[in-house]
Amino acid sequence: MSETAHTARNADHNPSWLYRNRQSIAPWLFLTPGLIFFAFYVIIPVFQSFYISTFDWNGLGDMSELGAQVGLANYVELMDDRKFHTSLINNVKWLVLYLLAIPAGLFISLFLNQTVKGIRLYKSLFFFPFVISQVVVGLVFTWFYDPKFGLLNVALGWFGIDSINVLGDPTLATYGVILAGLWPQTAYCMILYLTGLNAVDPEQVEAARLDGAKGVRMLWHVIIPQLKPATFIAFVVTIIGALRSFDLISIMTNGGPFGSTRVLSFYMFEKSLGEYGLRMGYGAAIAVVLFLIMLVFIVYFLWSMYQEERGR
Amino acid sequence: MRSIIKASAVALGLASVSATALFADAHSQLTGDLIIFSDMSNPAPRAVMEGMVERFGELHPDLNIELTVIDREAYKTQIRNFLTANTPDVANWYAANRMRPYVDAGLFEDISDLWAEPEMEALASTRGAMTINGAQWGVPYTYYQWGVYYRADIFAELGLSEPSTWAEELANCQAIVDSGRACYTIGTKFLWTAGGWFDYLNLRTNGYDFHMQLTSGEIPWTDERVLATFANWRTLVDMGAFVDDHQTYSWQEALPFMVNGDAAAYLMGNFAVAPLREAGLTDDQLDFYQFVEITPGIPLAEDAPTDTFHIPAGAANKDAAREFLRFVVSPENQTIINSGDGLGQLPVNAGASVDDDKFLNQGFEMLSTNSPGGVAQFFDRDASAEMAAAAMEGFQEFMVFPENLDDILERLEETRINMQ
Repeated sequence: MSETAHTARNADHNPSWLYRNRQSIAPWLFLTPGLIFFAFYVIIPVFQSFYISTFDWNGLGDMSELGAQVGLANYVELMDDRKFHTSLINNVKWLVLYLLAIPAGLFISLFLNQTVKGIRLYKSLFFFPFVISQVVVGLVFTWFYDPKFGLLNVALGWFGIDSINVLGDPTLATYGVILAGLWPQTAYCMILYLTGLNAVDPEQVEAARLDGAKGVRMLWHVIIPQLKPATFIAFVVTIIGALRSFDLISIMTNGGPFGSTRVLSFYMFEKSLGEYGLRMGYGAAIAVVLFLIMLVFIVYFLWSMYQEERGR
Repeated sequence: MRSIIKASAVALGLASVSATALFADAHSQLTGDLIIFSDMSNPAPRAVMEGMVERFGELHPDLNIELTVIDREAYKTQIRNFLTANTPDVANWYAANRMRPYVDAGLFEDISDLWAEPEMEALASTRGAMTINGAQWGVPYTYYQWGVYYRADIFAELGLSEPSTWAEELANCQAIVDSGRACYTIGTKFLWTAGGWFDYLNLRTNGYDFHMQLTSGEIPWTDERVLATFANWRTLVDMGAFVDDHQTYSWQEALPFMVNGDAAAYLMGNFAVAPLREAGLTDDQLDFYQFVEITPGIPLAEDAPTDTFHIPAGAANKDAAREFLRFVVSPENQTIINSGDGLGQLPVNAGASVDDDKFLNQGFEMLSTNSPGGVAQFFDRDASAEMAAAAMEGFQEFMVFPENLDDILERLEETRINMQ
């Protein structure tokens, strides 16, 4: 009996190439659809943007026929473009201030990480702003800031303070929009920290308590180090979120007043695709600058993740 | 002017005879598909568009008409894609410089042959707005007047009457400001409303020809005559003529100021009448006057934006498309679509009749008899897209911080030079 089985197996002494390499082929096979989409929707467009940014082309008709190759002229023009400078500075404001969502999220998650009756309801309420659309957030805050009827100015009126037109004042408008953005972003960071807090080792907390640690020292030396993975993810999503800010600006100020709340992504849209934007090449050049800024962060994120992997 | 209208009416009488013959002729011939993309997405215009397609379909039973209505704002970006790939046979757009990029890129069909037909004589008033490089690229289907819509009851309360000179306008405004109101409501969040004010102030201060040269980029923004326009504008800004915080509001959000009586007037297109009536203003409370004369002796010119139909160069069924354009501009159709239950605007065909509406009558009267200077499209249609965007942003800034004027004009001048 065993003799026959042996022969049968031997008869198959020349398995196909596919069969022999199945271990190494299988993962690539599964990856292929993803890689194809990634290439077509991300990698190739990145290089196309680079290419388009060297053209003076209005986005109509065939680029090679109707566009003119201008080399780096679009980038040179960017250097003196005040609107571009405003957008760049606003992007920096977004990057810095948006990070406030991380400590705020941490604080709220510590506050909510307790077992009280109905805590799930409170958690859901705090998470709510992240679930609703950014458009709704934008509209709610626009009404909140309204100089005549808005809740903010009605409340200021109770204290005898003159009404302020947050979104109509070029010095305040960007901060007003960022504040609106912080609302859902804080909720997002809160959820990340709440799940992180579930993974905190109770034995370590116990041990620290025996050693007499409590309050801020406990938080700083025992809890936060254990929340490092959550902090990292919160950092990544907040940075990317800040650089992608577009919908709130579009809804709340439309880039105004007089362009003071533009960021790079919005300016790019205005120049290339907006109602009066017929400069594909210039828009692409802005996109490339934004991409390079993002690349700095992306490389840093990938590098630290790689370090993490190696450390294990 | 009268004689021109009479002459064109006669021409039209002749034309309609040949048009009927033409319809009968085309009747049996038109087959296949006619694909129409339209931006008439608001409820009333949508019904108008669907009605037009239905009536055209009855004339040509063998023709299969497919109508796609796209959101008006989204349409402005989508048109770039569908003119190059997946081209319809007929598409909506706007007149004057607003169509130039598409004409220059060869995406619109030259329909000068259509304009050479005798029945097009009735559209002579808009021929200029449809002409680029000596050829015509589309047909108009509607237009509407701009002017000052005001609260007649507030004027009566303050003992004011419709002004016709700049001095009267300023005196009226001072009286309104003294009564604790703003003279004009405006919402400049989306910028173009400020473009309307610039159009009128510049048309009245410097005249139609200068305005057209400026918008087409032939005159520097730092020109003294431009400064004169802004000086007039500044008089109004400094006396508190405009509502506060207008940079935060859209034109619709600025309507309540007028409805509640916080502001007495609105420089706007005729499309503002419908929402004002809906908000409860009666025709006794609401009235209209032509923007006043500023520099004496300069012929009055008006803004009257024209909306249009075009044939994309890549259209498959151009015969049917041409026939549809003929149908759109015919006096019967123009009367129907521009009536009060339709668009509630002015027909372009001189042979069509204007619906009996207080504001349409005044607008028609104004445009046909009291606009000797010419008819402008609107700032963002007369100026090139990039110039329009930069300038209207500057106008908004000027209305909030008039002291920034020099800096604003320098920036606009820079934009103008960069574009050449």
